[in-house]
Amino acid sequence: MKSFTYERATSLPHAVNAAANNPGARFIAGGTNLLDLMKLEIEIPQHLIDVNGLALDEITPTEDGGLRIGAMVRNTDLAAAPQVRRDYAVLSKALLAGASGQLRNKATTAGNLLQRTRCAYFYDTHQPCNKRRPGAGCSAIGGASRQQAIVGVSDACIASHPSDMAVAMRALGARVETLNSDGQVRTIDLADLYSAPGTTPHIENILNNGELITAVTLPKPLGGEHIYYKVRDRASYAFALVSVAAIVLPDRTGQLALGGVAYKPWRSEEAEAYLPDGAKAVARQLLAGANPTAQNAFKIKLAERTIGLALSTASS
Amino acid sequence: MKFDTPASTNPIDQMKVIGQPKDRVEGKLKTTGTATYAYEQQAAVSPTAYGYVVGSAIGKGRISSIDSSEARQASGVITIVTYENAGQLDRGEFYVDRALAGPKIDHYHQAVAIVVAHTFEQARAASALLRVYYVREPGAYDLAAQRASATTPAPGAFGPPPHTATGDFEGAFKQAAVTLDGHYTTPDHAHAMMEPHATIAQWQGNKLTLWTSIQQMNWGVRDLAKTLGISKDNIHLISPYIGGGFGGKGTILCDAVLASLAARAAGRPVKVALPRPLMFNNLTHRPATIQRIRLGANPDGTLTAVGHESWSGNLRGGRTEAATASTRTLYAGANRMTRLYLAELDLAEGSAMRAPGEAPGMMALEIAMDEMAEKLAMDPVKFRVINDTQVDPEQPDRRFSQRQLVECLNTGADHFGWARRSTQPAKELHDGWWIGLGMASAIRGAPTTKSAARVRLDRKGMVTVETDMTDIGTGSYTIIAQTAAEMMGVDMDKVNVYLGDSRFPESSGSGGQWGAASSTAGVYAACVKLREAVATTLGLDPTKTEFIDGHVREGSNNLPLAQATIDGDLQAEDVMEFGDLAKQYAQQTFGAHFVEVGVNAATGEIRIRRQLAVCAAGRILNPKTARSQIIGGMTMGAGAALMEEMIVDHRLGYFVNHDLAGYEVPVHADIPHQEVIFLDEVDAYATPLKAKGVGELGISGAAAAIANAVYNATGIRVRDYPITLDKLIDHLPAVG
Repeated sequence: MKSFTYERATSLPHAVNAAANNPGARFIAGGTNLLDLMKLEIEIPQHLIDVNGLALDEITPTEDGGLRIGAMVRNTDLAAAPQVRRDYAVLSKALLAGASGQLRNKATTAGNLLQRTRCAYFYDTHQPCNKRRPGAGCSAIGGASRQQAIVGVSDACIASHPSDMAVAMRALGARVETLNSDGQVRTIDLADLYSAPGTTPHIENILNNGELITAVTLPKPLGGEHIYYKVRDRASYAFALVSVAAIVLPDRTGQLALGGVAYKPWRSEEAEAYLPDGAKAVARQLLAGANPTAQNAFKIKLAERTIGLALSTASS
Repeated sequence: MKFDTPASTNPIDQMKVIGQPKDRVEGKLKTTGTATYAYEQQAAVSPTAYGYVVGSAIGKGRISSIDSSEARQASGVITIVTYENAGQLDRGEFYVDRALAGPKIDHYHQAVAIVVAHTFEQARAASALLRVYYVREPGAYDLAAQRASATTPAPGAFGPPPHTATGDFEGAFKQAAVTLDGHYTTPDHAHAMMEPHATIAQWQGNKLTLWTSIQQMNWGVRDLAKTLGISKDNIHLISPYIGGGFGGKGTILCDAVLASLAARAAGRPVKVALPRPLMFNNLTHRPATIQRIRLGANPDGTLTAVGHESWSGNLRGGRTEAATASTRTLYAGANRMTRLYLAELDLAEGSAMRAPGEAPGMMALEIAMDEMAEKLAMDPVKFRVINDTQVDPEQPDRRFSQRQLVECLNTGADHFGWARRSTQPAKELHDGWWIGLGMASAIRGAPTTKSAARVRLDRKGMVTVETDMTDIGTGSYTIIAQTAAEMMGVDMDKVNVYLGDSRFPESSGSGGQWGAASSTAGVYAACVKLREAVATTLGLDPTKTEFIDGHVREGSNNLPLAQATIDGDLQAEDVMEFGDLAKQYAQQTFGAHFVEVGVNAATGEIRIRRQLAVCAAGRILNPKTARSQIIGGMTMGAGAALMEEMIVDHRLGYFVNHDLAGYEVPVHADIPHQEVIFLDEVDAYATPLKAKGVGELGISGAAAAIANAVYNATGIRVRDYPITLDKLIDHLPAVG
């Protein structure tokens, strides 16, 4: 780990100004991913701005009947919040399917969204990785790729996003609220937060330097059946091979996102139009253009079957 | 004392303390975090410097140059040791890997340097500034690709001969009415113990003290002396607590050697722990195997031909994974053959891991037996029962000292409800899950090796045992205290046990499932001597004296034990040596595994529902710690069956998933229900305690039982471990 300076932000303007004044800075919240990456010198921030002291840890109703989740709400608290369990059960289920109790106690809402891939080559600084060193090459392509993405991949990167929480939020149609150092507030659809790897896999999202996520908002409750099904080799404490977050309404329409298959939670409204036709039709549309490796081609069938399982769970 | 005739009645048979489910004597220390593991021995040495090990960035090649100028200037750095300044280094006698690379690189993450600084963070930061330049050379990383180049290995110190043959296997196989010819693979496995390899090294003149974490103190002294070229007398190893070893801490490895070099170069004590991501490629592992099993039987199920071949790879000079070990003695069959082949690979060293040989061998053999039973349209339990043998199939005049395999199988079948198993696969669908039952036999050798101990009785009547035996989480402290308490006729709270110090009498150490049986035999021998000393001191006849309830009795005499020490402590030391009873009688432990699994009909996810092991392994010294050993083995078997695999990158030449996030081992949710039944057994041919080890029996066969249950659930036969859902999903039976 390289030496770094550290300050504790006492207000939102303080936090974003500190970031603007320190181009090599990172915000630190729960630290469950960033600290690991710093120890491995994959992340080398010269300055850390601790945002734990900001009053961003509340869950409040929005004017349009939805929910605003403060960026610093811990995963454990979010999963347990009564209004989340009642109205957004898919989110609660997804959170509880992720990580471990200890990690969820530390991990925050915004930190969870911005966690980085768990690709083993990304984590081994001896190996070429375009995310770590642009232009170095991708070791996962042609290497150990069972866990990697199958859609939205490029010749430069096939890493998948590891979050469960984000998959449920995407299915719910969540939006992300941010603050820039110039005081500007913007709202980003979660669908637009993540950048496709393309030729620049080291750029993972559209946030500006120093832009701070302050909250995630959920639209008003959809009702329906909420299902989160996470498929993995062991029963707990493993990243998804494939996961499905689904909200299925009584008329068999609904909203649905996949985890474990792309650089971001994978959802398409076009695919959802096929929901009344069943899983096969949905999956065909959702994963059109998939470009898997020999090791992870099974994810296509697995995704279709897991969607089917989610739909049958909803109807039973 | 020499054990060369079967044990007769002795004080152990009272079983007042032995055989009781006593709590671990050091349990409280471990559950309260106060047991001092190697890295935590600060109090023993201070001030300490910290060493950070730098691993090679390439799989095979050589170091062309090292630029340490920037690293040496870094904050807090005291010294840096590389091959350029380490001096001449040899290797130990057990591992072939070199603790320090250079200029040749033998495998990925082989240590190229240790950076020593005042703090851990300084050492780690400086290590990133060390510039090591490499020249890559093509390496051999793929066992399947190297299989054709494999040769017959030289016979090793452990494990079966490379080739065995009895009768005419090829002829019998050709003529058999029912045959099976199957190929199976097992991947590389990591020990993945909780405590990483860690050492604090301190030099005082030419005397070297190591607080370290190893299973065999005597091997450690031997191998460190040879590696460093110093006298064994100048080495003192201390390993009171070990956070798991599973064979991966057999003797000294990179941490011990580099800590010693670093402490010498730094002129002060140095502590080193291997970072988890380095452990998988730097240290040893269970090597992958490719196995071919051929079975031939008569229509009535009698095996007539048993053939087992196995290929594994290793660094040059490394050992062979002896996957054929159990096939030699598990089942009858007049015509048999086993063959081992070894290829050279440029991956980390393959070596002992819990039930080396038996574990991967049984993973294959016990699937083959399930397949064969199906071909014969015979129940798999019955098929095994009718092929039981009470004599060594390779030497029919050699009986087993004890063999209750059939009793294990039948007891397990009854207890588990085996009769309810559908003989047709893919018939039991419940709530979206295919349910299946599977079983496998278990066999694991019961070796013993010489073991010494010292026992002292003090004026307060306290008995103190000292031996360099280790407790790697197995319960050695407890069973040794039980042994001494039983022998001296006192309660366990009157016994102190000190282990893990190379200055204590040389024991068997922990490994190969020999530790419990051997080390308690050594303590028994020392206690016999101490009893004689007590009796003589009290003027009693040693041959007629009984030790009961803290008293010594002979006829009408009944004296307090402590009376013997009025004039001073009494001490006795002895070593138990084992004669050739193990040659005259085949000595093995036996068991039977039964498993129920569910396989998700949509996704192919496999979840174990319950596991049962029935074991017959001589006298069980402590049913509680023995059960923990068996369920630990069953859990490791579950990992081997369903998830554990060190993934080899055949281009870059290393194990890719080299941390505990990438290398998955079972978590609690994977293991919902386990049961263990020990059959009543004493084995007078094994040790004076009539006991055998159980540390490796639980894993042997455990994975295959799961594989067979998956087959029973789905009708899908997976012969390449681990059995993951991607191997099922294209073949899952249609629902409804």
